Amino acid sequence: MNEQTGKEPIYKTEALIAEDIDAYLAQHQNKELLRFITCGSVDDGKSTLIGRLLYDSKMIFEDQLAALEADSKKSGTQGQEIDFALLVDGLAAEREQGITIDVAYRFFATEKRKFIVADTPGHEQYTRNMVTGASTADAAVILVDARKGILVQTRRHSYLAHLLGINNLILAVNKMDLVDFSQETFDGIVSDYRKFAAEIGIERFTAIPISGFRGDNITEAPSSNTPWYVGPALIAHLENIEIAATAAQEKPFRMPVQWVNRPNLDFRGFSGLVSGGTIKPGDPVRIVPSGKNSAVKSIVTLGGLLDEAVAGQSVTITLEDEIDCSRGDVIAAAGDPPEVSDQFESTIVWMSEEALKPGRGYWLKLATQTVSATVQEPKFEINVNTMEHLAAKTLELNAIGVAEVHTDKPIVFEPYTDSTELGGFILVDKITNATVAAGMLHFSLRRADNVHWQPTTITREEHALLKNQTPRVLWFTGLSGSGKSTIANEVEKSLNLMNRHTFLLDGDNVRHGLNKDLGFTEADRIENIRRVGEVAKLMTDAGLIVLTAFISPFRAERKMVREMLPEAEFIEIFVDTPLAVAEERDVKGLYKKARSGKLKNFTGIDSPYESPESPEIRVNTVEMTPAEAAEYIVRQIMPLK
Amino acid sequence: MTRILTHLERLEAEAIHIIREVMAEAKKPVMMYSVGKDSAVLLHLAKKAFYPSPPPFPLLHVDTTWKFKDMYALREKAAQDAGMELIIHQNAEAKERGINPFDHGPLHTDMWKTEGLKQALDLHGFDVAFGGARRDEEKSRAKERIFSFRTASHGWDPKNQRPELWNLYNAKKAKGESIRVFPISNWTELDIWQYIMAENIEIVPLYFAAPRPTYIYEGGLFMADDVDRLEKVMGTRPKITTRSVRFRTLGCFPLTGAVESNASNLSEVIQEMLLTTTSERQGRVIDKDEGGAGMEKKKQEGYF
Repeated sequence: MNEQTGKEPIYKTEALIAEDIDAYLAQHQNKELLRFITCGSVDDGKSTLIGRLLYDSKMIFEDQLAALEADSKKSGTQGQEIDFALLVDGLAAEREQGITIDVAYRFFATEKRKFIVADTPGHEQYTRNMVTGASTADAAVILVDARKGILVQTRRHSYLAHLLGINNLILAVNKMDLVDFSQETFDGIVSDYRKFAAEIGIERFTAIPISGFRGDNITEAPSSNTPWYVGPALIAHLENIEIAATAAQEKPFRMPVQWVNRPNLDFRGFSGLVSGGTIKPGDPVRIVPSGKNSAVKSIVTLGGLLDEAVAGQSVTITLEDEIDCSRGDVIAAAGDPPEVSDQFESTIVWMSEEALKPGRGYWLKLATQTVSATVQEPKFEINVNTMEHLAAKTLELNAIGVAEVHTDKPIVFEPYTDSTELGGFILVDKITNATVAAGMLHFSLRRADNVHWQPTTITREEHALLKNQTPRVLWFTGLSGSGKSTIANEVEKSLNLMNRHTFLLDGDNVRHGLNKDLGFTEADRIENIRRVGEVAKLMTDAGLIVLTAFISPFRAERKMVREMLPEAEFIEIFVDTPLAVAEERDVKGLYKKARSGKLKNFTGIDSPYESPESPEIRVNTVEMTPAEAAEYIVRQIMPLK
Repeated sequence: MTRILTHLERLEAEAIHIIREVMAEAKKPVMMYSVGKDSAVLLHLAKKAFYPSPPPFPLLHVDTTWKFKDMYALREKAAQDAGMELIIHQNAEAKERGINPFDHGPLHTDMWKTEGLKQALDLHGFDVAFGGARRDEEKSRAKERIFSFRTASHGWDPKNQRPELWNLYNAKKAKGESIRVFPISNWTELDIWQYIMAENIEIVPLYFAAPRPTYIYEGGLFMADDVDRLEKVMGTRPKITTRSVRFRTLGCFPLTGAVESNASNLSEVIQEMLLTTTSERQGRVIDKDEGGAGMEKKKQEGYF
């Protein structure tokens, strides 16, 4: 405590160090750690601000300062004064070019906290660097040049910080000295930013008028130059922001297992970094994905057994029961375990010169799990400058898009907004071993794994027996106008005459009810088929023979439905009608509309149809009438008991 | 009720997580051990990461034959206490050619340390090597990843580093390639000292001030750890004066500048460090050559 001002000193107090080092050390053993990222455009004065923070916190030594003064005279941009930027621009090549090109980490400390600063460049081609720096940050300092206001880059940086889940955004309006510390200028910039922030879902931010070069509102506020400013100084604000690791303690317990510790036959511990919640000996836990339950026996460390471990600690846990648990598994709160799935919707940031190849296998690493994964064609790419959604077939370096990710086996996950540890992943090229992308999982496209089955007494076999038939799904696929509905209807009539219990699910009809919320984008088409597949499955459980008439253009989704059902119950019927013939028929006038551009995403015109490779049944509607085709199909599927 | 972890607890947890990730994903890891204070912290963290098992990899000391006697003494003891195998490697060619800091200048570091390290890694087939480097030590270190990928010829390409997100580390590599891993990247010199104090970690006594035989060479203050050997190499016997000195970093004794000091225990050392006005590596000759880019150039050539 400074007796004259009555204020807590911000940086280390030389007097205390000199007089009572032990008191000083006792006080400093208990600092907190905050990580933040600084983002700004080339000339926003970012390096100068960081240099200032290091300088003010006395992290610059005399020899460095002497070198800095010499360098400032040689290549500085601030005339004869000390150019703080030179202190932080590290690598030789960039020192010559006068730009920062990569992520650099700096450290400084105040009386209350140690800070790790990720310094990332503002050039467009380096989105990946900012995403990298932001991934571990509790807060983001977004620098704006007071003379220029909100730029495209400001929007980009804010969007990326928000995308990576940073809740504490600080708008540092820098170079206030160059606009005569004008409140009007500051207020105008804040108002512009507020509008934009709301558009992209940023709920709150803190705006601070500063001069990194002169030092205004960095350590003390208000500076005598900005008497109108009522908020905190930058450092004071950074000292009070909530730390993400602390907030994570409120979440359910999670510990991804890194390593199984078996020094001898009597000890079997599971080592990992607690990513969420807290744990005590005796607490019930569930091993995911196996679903086995146990309880914590002890929490082992070199320093002795712990009574409790919290998010952010690396520990070794032993369990009451001898159960299987290995690297990649997650030990979780028994009452609130994470989900398991193998299909996700995800936002992906592409970080490699070589563009995304949809469908190619990449290694996906999430927490301690590494699996093979494919990324589907992006649903859209996001223009990081305008936030517009753009159509995209792939993702190039620094592109951000939303796409489905499929893994070759189920993985334990949580939505990124709930857990960065169980929702953030990287993709690794299997040939070059380069880290090519970072991703954030939003939700599972298959939710069954999260819900437990309620056993029912009457089984699907008994339902079928009562109806004296074998359940089937007769899946008609083909272009619009190929004759699917007509033929399916004929088939159902024949089966009905044979006293079979049937139901026809028709594409158009389903879209009036069950699927009326879906459109015709690729994603919606996939969801449409998924729902129909589920309904068809329920109906076969009830013992019915289900006929479905859907274009169902993608192989992957037809395969998905096939895999939902017991072996041999799914009969794929390809109503094989050439596009020219279907378009010629154009019963509903849809081809005409599609050709004139009035109807988007129309299969065969501007959306692909993937023909079945080996359908159980193929009918040719050019050579057969609908009745002939139906008769042929019925013959193929008999007997049905 | 939340318990706020201190910065040392957070740094420790991060380092342990990194060390375990390496163990889980590497084929044959090794821990570089230089016997300095950063190495002492790294070794302590390895013990914590695997307790009650001993750290499941060996320690590697790339020796130049020019280290302080106290360092050699602690080296053996530390490995034994940790229950770890200690591998000592000396570059046979450097030994044969009598490479020394006086006659050969930068070649001394290049041959003994840079080449010696490459030889040792190749000889034993280690694919991942832990190192105790910190980002606050030097400007080019600030940009290095925690998992620093090296080509088959051990080179570092600062423009082609793998992005490192969250706490996910990509340890995949082709045959012949290797990774240097720096678990204490985010620690500062003060953090190291505070942790040594909090955990009561044994370090080389040279970090504490004591009356020692010293000499002045080219304006720097050095300790005559082996005066006969110095005489042999320098051609003349240096003028020895006993001074109370200590060291802020430890390397080869003819290359490591001493500072005059009376700080004889940990809190006094920390006190001196906090009040000092020169940076940690200032006493080291290695950073100064090749203009401002000394360390960066060395790293591209394969130095740790």
